[in-house]
Amino acid sequence: MSDFPASWQFRSPKARLALWFGWLCLVALFVWCWQVMNERTIWMFVQDAPKQAADIGGRMWPPRWSYLGELMVPLWDTLNMATLGTLLGVILAVPVAFMAARNTSPFPLILRPIALFIIVASRSINSLIWALLLVAILGPGLLAGIIAIGLRSIGFIGKLLYEGIEETDIRQVEAITATGASQAQVLNYAIVPQILPAFWGITVFRWDINIRESAILGLVGAGGLGLKLQNSLNTLAWPQVTLILLVILATVVLSEWVSAKVRAAII
Amino acid sequence: MLELQGLTKTYKTGDTALSDVSFSVPKGQIVGLIGPSGAGKSTLIRCINRLVEPTSGRIVLGGRDLTGLGVRDLRAQRRRIGMIFQEYALVERLSVMENVLSGRLGYVGFWASFTRRFPPADIQRAYRLLDRVGLMTHADKRADALSGGQRQRVGIARALAQEPELLLVDEPTASLDPKTSRQIMRLLVEICTESGLPAIVNIHDVPLAQQFMQRIIGLRAGQVVFDGTPAQLTESALTEIYGSEDWTAMRKGHEDDKDAEADALRRLSVLPA
Amino acid sequence: MTTYPTTWRRPPQIFTHRGWRIGLQLAALIYLVFAIGTLEVSWARIAEGGERGMRFLMGFLSPDFSSRWRDISQGLIESLTMTLTSTVVGVAISIPIGIGAARNVAPAWIYAICRSIIAISRALQEIIVAIFFVAMFGFGPFAGFLTLSFATIGFISKLLAEDIEDIDEAQAEAIRATGASWAQLINYAIQPQVMPRLIGLSLYRLDINFRESAVIGIVGAGGIGATLNTAIDRYEYDSAGAILLMIIALVMVAEYSSSYLRKFLQ
Ligand SMILES: Nc1ncnc2c1ncn2[C@@H]1O[C@H](COP(=O)(O)OP(=O)(O)OP(=O)(O)O)[C@@H](O)[C@H]1O
Ligand SMILES: [Mg+2]
Repeated sequence: MSDFPASWQFRSPKARLALWFGWLCLVALFVWCWQVMNERTIWMFVQDAPKQAADIGGRMWPPRWSYLGELMVPLWDTLNMATLGTLLGVILAVPVAFMAARNTSPFPLILRPIALFIIVASRSINSLIWALLLVAILGPGLLAGIIAIGLRSIGFIGKLLYEGIEETDIRQVEAITATGASQAQVLNYAIVPQILPAFWGITVFRWDINIRESAILGLVGAGGLGLKLQNSLNTLAWPQVTLILLVILATVVLSEWVSAKVRAAII
Repeated sequence: MLELQGLTKTYKTGDTALSDVSFSVPKGQIVGLIGPSGAGKSTLIRCINRLVEPTSGRIVLGGRDLTGLGVRDLRAQRRRIGMIFQEYALVERLSVMENVLSGRLGYVGFWASFTRRFPPADIQRAYRLLDRVGLMTHADKRADALSGGQRQRVGIARALAQEPELLLVDEPTASLDPKTSRQIMRLLVEICTESGLPAIVNIHDVPLAQQFMQRIIGLRAGQVVFDGTPAQLTESALTEIYGSEDWTAMRKGHEDDKDAEADALRRLSVLPA
Repeated sequence: MTTYPTTWRRPPQIFTHRGWRIGLQLAALIYLVFAIGTLEVSWARIAEGGERGMRFLMGFLSPDFSSRWRDISQGLIESLTMTLTSTVVGVAISIPIGIGAARNVAPAWIYAICRSIIAISRALQEIIVAIFFVAMFGFGPFAGFLTLSFATIGFISKLLAEDIEDIDEAQAEAIRATGASWAQLINYAIQPQVMPRLIGLSLYRLDINFRESAVIGIVGAGGIGATLNTAIDRYEYDSAGAILLMIIALVMVAEYSSSYLRKFLQ
């Protein structure tokens, strides 16, 4: 396990002692955690794993290419889920970001903590969990997926955007204020131009992530490729699973390429 | 006509940047504000358009008291005061034209400014100003594509687009080379004299102030310690403003510059042509 | 006296060609109409959902920690143990792979192998990996532990390799010049430069692994995610609300303490 030596820098003896103690704690904690995990593992299954792996691997190949036609609609659904979800996320995240940023928040004392909580809550809950909840509430379908993606995106976009807003150049803002511009005009003329490139970069970046996430949201019933994956897994149709995974992989690679191109063009 | 009465500013940190500053600037007068670093020059200028909120005192511009105005009234009064900044403070990602037109923001509504549909008269004025500062052909360039001197010209055009009754200028030349500095100062002074516009110019460079200003106010530790014509600004007055040590150092620095310049010239002249 | 123009339009910023611009806007509009058109929204179901949504919101506002406390605490302990063990193991495996994936210290064939491992680990999503590990190793935290370790390898190795490639060549040269062996080079020139970053990254990954551990439980890999899944399946929204609040709180604690620790160690 942790085979890195602890004294990578010269420190005072006291700090070094503290560091050694820290490592010791880590080792002890690791051993304890390992034991807890062992208790809850059925080792018979683990010993059986190589056989299982070989078995699944054998069944997975070759992919069932004829299934590809059936995947086109789910693929379209997945792309829509990501795109519309990102759109929803952006629409919700922008006001939250402006409320969270110290220099633009209208009532910092009340609105800032609220906005920051929204951001933290959205960020700490994975889109799959959001989808799980929304499917339970709204029923299975794309709508639940879109809202899940949107809710998860608020935190990501909101956080990066509000940090961007806080880093804007105060002198440009002052210069526009000094012309007698209203608050809204200052926002429009001094702050928005400064954060616009970051905004597009963040949005495209999130869209790229959302493509990956929307591909699996179907596992909990939110439609798209994940739904087909779930069905194929349930019926143990391994050749179909392989094909779906390949389609997901291709989509992800493509979207990553698109997002890298767009971001390079913006910056 | 601008009148300051007992202007005082104490920052939250406890620094008293201005204490009881009073003077008035009649129409058409160009005032140079000099003083050592930290004397409160920027604070004074920013108090006048209330980018910094003064602690006490009155600021009267053309009969209107600017202190204690509400948000809406303050906006209307700020349009009357043009401001030019040391580091230009242009919105870098907007075009030159948008930067100049942003001087009209106090006059147009949000929607018109959002869609960039300014009244024809405003656009005409913006073009005229750009021509005046010699940047007619750069109107659609982005501000961050300009040189320092060009950016400061845009800054001047933006301030003038407000059709101000007073110009506040905070170290307009501190980020420019000596030659460009002179050009910018000359342009500023010309424009002010053309339209009888009063200006307060905060300036580091004493010789530059003496060359271009009609009146000089010396600030030290937040208090006015000199107020007179450039001719009255004698050695002893300068020592009073800057303190003897600083002033000697400054003059020496100046002479060093001159010596170096002369030296360079001498060397150049002996080089074979 | 010259006259000046009275009109001015803002020049287009990105797409300077008018046809392109309009075409693009039109395409975006048509896409939106189509995409929204293919949504099959069952309004009856949503109306029904409104009432459930309210119940969930109430559950979130008045969370019930006590009635399922045994399940929740068990799920949390599983998640936390998974998080820690997988981070430690993942980082330990990442170090050799990261060194192997740095172009300036590894031979070409090792570089190729290590980079492929990284690429595979990054391309496969945690959830999909978890599905396979659950199929192979059975339900429970062990599959989760393997999943997170696997994901950690891709993350840490890649960033570590980039760090090593970015190190100050001058220092490495100086050590090489003394006739040091390869191991000594790693130990004296590389390690001091990348160690602080590596610790920072590990803490960051610890934080990510906790979040992920809450998710992979949904497909059977143990942890708090499994507990949450059960709670939602049983429509016990007050327990679900309690679990979500605990996840949020723990993520916040993890984020703050990891950034604090990173600052302290730097
Ligand atoms: N935002 C602020 N908060 C607290 N104190 C400030 C602030 N701005 C300025 N001060 C203090 O007020 C005093 C005057 O500062 P000011 O910037 O007005 O000086 P200045 O004459 O413009 O100096 P310089 O020539 O260096 O620009 C200084 O002591 C400074 O530390
Ligand atoms: Mg200053």
